[in-house]
Amino acid sequence: MSTPANDGTQPRGIPTEGTPTEYDPTVPEVDTSEEHLAAIVTNEEILALPAEVSGFGAGNVGEVILDVKNLSKSFGSVHANKDITLQVRRGEIVALLGENGAGKSTLMNQIFGLITPDTGEVTIKGDKTPIKDPKDAISRGIGMVHQHFQLVPVMTVAENVMLGHETTKGGVLDLDTARAMVRELSEKHNLAVDPDADVEDLPVGTQQRVEIVKALSRKVDLLILDEPTAVLTPQETDELLGVMRDLANGGTSIVFITHKLREVLAVADHVYVLRHGAVVGEVTDIANTTTTDLATMMVGRSVVLNVEKDAATPGEVVLQIENLHVKDDRNLGAVNGFDLQVRAGEIVGVAGVEGNGQRELVEALAGMRKVVSGTMRLGDLDLTKANPYQTHHAGVGHIPEDREKHGLVGAYSIADNLVLNEYDQEPFAKSGVRQFDKIRAYAEKLREEFDIRSSGVGQSAGSLSGGNKQKVVVARELSFGPKLLMAAQPTRGVDVGSIEFIHKRIVAARDGGAGVLLVSAELDEILSLADRIAVVHGGKVVKEMAAEGADRAEIGRLMAGDH
Amino acid sequence: MAAWIQRNKFSVILGVVVLVLAYIYYFSDKTTALSMYRYAWTYAVPLVLCALVGVIGERSGVVNIGIEGQLLVSAFAGFFGAAYSGSLIVGILSGVGCGLILGGFLAWTTVKWRMDQIIAGVVLNIVATGITSFYYKPGQLLPALMPHWSIPGLSSIPLIGEVFFKGTGVIALIAIIAVFGIHFALFKTTWGLRTRAIGEYPSAADTAGINVITMRLVNVTLAGALAGLAGVFLSMDSTSSFERGMSAGRGFLALAIMIFGAWRPLRAAAAALFFGFVTAAASQLQADQVINVPPQLVGTLPYVLTLVVLAVAAGRVRAPGAVGQPFVKEGK
Amino acid sequence: MSVTPEPPPTTAPTKAPNPPDEPTGAGLFSLILRRQSIVVILVALLGSVLIGAALIRYQGVSPWYAYQTIFKEALLVDGGLTRTLLKTAPLILTGLAVVIPLRVGLFNIGGQGQFVISAAVAGVTAYAARGAGFGALIIGLLVGVLVGAMWASIAALLKTWRGVHEVITTIMLNNIAAGIIWWMVTTGPGAFKNTSQIPMTGPIDKAAWMPTIAGIPLGFVIAAALAILCGWMLSRTTMGFRFDTVGKNKFAAGYAGIPINRVILLSMVLAGGLAGLAGAMEVHGVMHHFEPAIGGTLGFDGITIALLARSNPIWTIPAAFLVGILRTGAAGLQFATGIAPEIVDLILAITLLLVSIPVLGRWIFRSRADKVQAAATSWGN
Repeated sequence: MSTPANDGTQPRGIPTEGTPTEYDPTVPEVDTSEEHLAAIVTNEEILALPAEVSGFGAGNVGEVILDVKNLSKSFGSVHANKDITLQVRRGEIVALLGENGAGKSTLMNQIFGLITPDTGEVTIKGDKTPIKDPKDAISRGIGMVHQHFQLVPVMTVAENVMLGHETTKGGVLDLDTARAMVRELSEKHNLAVDPDADVEDLPVGTQQRVEIVKALSRKVDLLILDEPTAVLTPQETDELLGVMRDLANGGTSIVFITHKLREVLAVADHVYVLRHGAVVGEVTDIANTTTTDLATMMVGRSVVLNVEKDAATPGEVVLQIENLHVKDDRNLGAVNGFDLQVRAGEIVGVAGVEGNGQRELVEALAGMRKVVSGTMRLGDLDLTKANPYQTHHAGVGHIPEDREKHGLVGAYSIADNLVLNEYDQEPFAKSGVRQFDKIRAYAEKLREEFDIRSSGVGQSAGSLSGGNKQKVVVARELSFGPKLLMAAQPTRGVDVGSIEFIHKRIVAARDGGAGVLLVSAELDEILSLADRIAVVHGGKVVKEMAAEGADRAEIGRLMAGDH
Repeated sequence: MAAWIQRNKFSVILGVVVLVLAYIYYFSDKTTALSMYRYAWTYAVPLVLCALVGVIGERSGVVNIGIEGQLLVSAFAGFFGAAYSGSLIVGILSGVGCGLILGGFLAWTTVKWRMDQIIAGVVLNIVATGITSFYYKPGQLLPALMPHWSIPGLSSIPLIGEVFFKGTGVIALIAIIAVFGIHFALFKTTWGLRTRAIGEYPSAADTAGINVITMRLVNVTLAGALAGLAGVFLSMDSTSSFERGMSAGRGFLALAIMIFGAWRPLRAAAAALFFGFVTAAASQLQADQVINVPPQLVGTLPYVLTLVVLAVAAGRVRAPGAVGQPFVKEGK
Repeated sequence: MSVTPEPPPTTAPTKAPNPPDEPTGAGLFSLILRRQSIVVILVALLGSVLIGAALIRYQGVSPWYAYQTIFKEALLVDGGLTRTLLKTAPLILTGLAVVIPLRVGLFNIGGQGQFVISAAVAGVTAYAARGAGFGALIIGLLVGVLVGAMWASIAALLKTWRGVHEVITTIMLNNIAAGIIWWMVTTGPGAFKNTSQIPMTGPIDKAAWMPTIAGIPLGFVIAAALAILCGWMLSRTTMGFRFDTVGKNKFAAGYAGIPINRVILLSMVLAGGLAGLAGAMEVHGVMHHFEPAIGGTLGFDGITIALLARSNPIWTIPAAFLVGILRTGAAGLQFATGIAPEIVDLILAITLLLVSIPVLGRWIFRSRADKVQAAATSWGN
């Protein structure tokens, strides 16, 4: 078995075609011979470590740090985890792969003690005692870095790292020791952080480093990383993968949860694929596996990895943004001189790592945020100072980044949500009085057309699944015939079936003559949907290019600010 | 230093104004001035204690609108407890006990049952008014006056000693100790770090192994003891009687003071002293007929001041991040 | 990354059924929840009746006799129903004054102050307008509405301009209003020399009194009509939709272009106007002048009524009627048994307590479907 490239500088090349392994539930006999060790050890660096650290040695076969047997968890009628069995050995990087909603986070939250399993057994380093709470998990050597960072924004890095295991001197908090610990960990693991910085002032990539330092500040045998690269530039992602490799080689096992196939192939030793809450596949022969193989296992059917679309036929300029400046919530510049044009019949993809002004840009375009200077025009209309009501009625559809916060009123029915922007227009209201029958009829029509899975249009929107919630928003924003559709992170947190549907509808809107501004942190989404790509960094466009033949690596560099 | 003054412009201006007025008075008519300052301190004591209740609660993430009710019931319990039992100690213990019980009630309903914190406080206040109005009996008397002492050494400090340490009661001294003690605890101890964490971003504390629910319950309940002391001070020390509704909105003034003090005990104490001074000065000026405003309108001064202070402080100070939001552990 | 399935089969695809693990029956759950809330209210009322009975027994009186006396005095005695309805009318309005801002997500605890200051100004105005006959009634009511609206708008503006929480500001305004009205009737513009010790404004003309027709006070009719109107407005108009949206998710309201600050201001102005109307009606319909003790605790009772009515304007009518019965009957209770009328304060406070714990504890009775959704989507997927 070949050794994965572990200098951490670039992802491995995609290997030749091969078939994915079938899931084999039989448990292997314990065999301590050299050949067998070599066969099962997925990370040969481990063999070079001393036995106490690696757990390997005479009689000790690749110490199993985490052993999960038949674990199940349900929430009401939703089976989040079904009979899951998996193992993590010392020094292994295990990837938990699955699409949104597959149950990966739920599984790991049980390992970390945040959720109690319904049935099944979790053994940590041979100890079968159930895990009570995070404090218990931490004391047993488990650390977790969550998808949404668990850091107190107003406190410093040192204070955050020390929280829960504070060092004191005579009853008073001892920050110096904490600072020293942070610096030491920072150097040892190549995770640069300043112990006295306020967390809220740090960029996202640094915050993640803080989270990892925090996890490592306790004695950790197993580090769980939940979607760690979601908010990183390609550069930062590679750095992180390098850190993971180093940690694994040093004896810390890693479980990393992701839906990004490339990363799995780049760094994992062992992959478990989850679908609808169950383990549907296990891959140890990473070298001979392709992203297509993984995607097929993830989704359960043969998948083609690109949206089918015709060439675009762009028409008149629909949206013209000139030298736009917008501030963020902390009154700092977020959009700093943004220029862009979107034509009717084309999809312009704004590629960039989150935090480079995209959110503020879209909110300003929608009228939800004040424009400091610059202009934005919809055809002939100057919308720079317009409010959301005016923007909408001028023909701008807006699929907001945060559907729970902005896109939907969870307590309202699906029907009311479908008319959220048109509630006071005919036929939904006449002279200020709402016409419920017309609203209902419209809602039924959209429910059918957009396949919104629910028990009726009267059902509250808050009780729908993520994908269906997004379908409500998409249905609403596409159905009034917008001239310009702004879609911000339109498929975040959405299951694959709904992703396909939404992508098709966006292309259909383009083909119907709308101009589409697509803002996404998922480069793959941009590459497959967009006709033209604008890479954004530091609040402005650094380069525009045609999507056809665009160089992924170059875009990655531009996204990181290398231009 | 210059940067600090720039950031706290408003408070510095207020401080200077107060100092100037105090200085003028002090050098024109020392006796009246001293009685005015002592009145200010006496007015401020329950405000300081109640503001501390608010600070502890909100730093832990729980809004306590019910401080007014805690104050009123404790005043009631203290006074009638002492009157019926014939012992001041019994009165004090009843008052503090009621503060704890009501604090516990608020804590349990809002933290465990996740009741809306504002409504819980409003309900507490209405229940407090109901109970104290119905069971009120006129004509009761305290068995004795609360003892006052002068602290040797400290009471000879000019001005400060004469106001704070001469002829002072135990509760006023506890208030001073509490301000410094809680400030120290909040910013320099493990308890303080964890308390601030659960009020700013409780899930970070949760994943670090801290029991958010328990800490909130304990903090809010024990803080009630301070409200209890404030109530006892009101009906047994600064006056020797209980009247229906005698809390007169002090619980809410305390919240404004807490906000004005940016949820920091020392600054809140300064804000309380400010309120006390302004109230004392206003009634002194009115008594001296320097200003010619009818007494009922002068009486609205603390409330008007509250509105002004809140309007100014809003947007300049930052509440703890998670205050008012019930903490939910997902799953389980 | 995006994935598409293979090209679809040539036969028309059938509509996909709901996947078995999606929450179903959420609609049914909501219905049970709504019914459950009514049950909860009834249980709370029962609880407070029982606790009230215990308190009454502790005073040495038979609870059954006490409750009987209250109901007799309020409903059966000659003129009792009229007096009860006279008490109910302002309670409906102060209840509405809490309900409407509550729908927008605001707590208006200022009903008492809005009520009282409007009553004072109405009393002064109506007295000054003596000789204008019926016109004085119209002027008085209008003045009441305007003053109440203005008083409430102070809190609203502090909230929209400076972000100050309305609970503290409305309570402070209550206290300020109390100071102002006392000044008005003692040394201020309203003071009227009279033989009793109570400071008050002058009596208004009989022509400006609010009439009672066939035992039903006009005030009650007006208040009930306004309650129904508010209910219709909130549930059937676009304005009501705006109110509800701001109350349920103000971020989404912003996204939808609803002017949040204007909605906040409007809701408080309406609330203040209603409370002010109650004050003016109390002056013109009950006391026929203004004195500081007017109405007693009407403003705070409005809070209890709003919660009993589960934030539904039309339900303020029966809720206010219930409170009106208690308040009217309390006078008879004192006469017959010697129990102080403040016992009603206590019983109502306990009712408020019992009603508010489950009804507004957002999470306890959240439907199971919501819990499932929350669990499935939180902490990542």
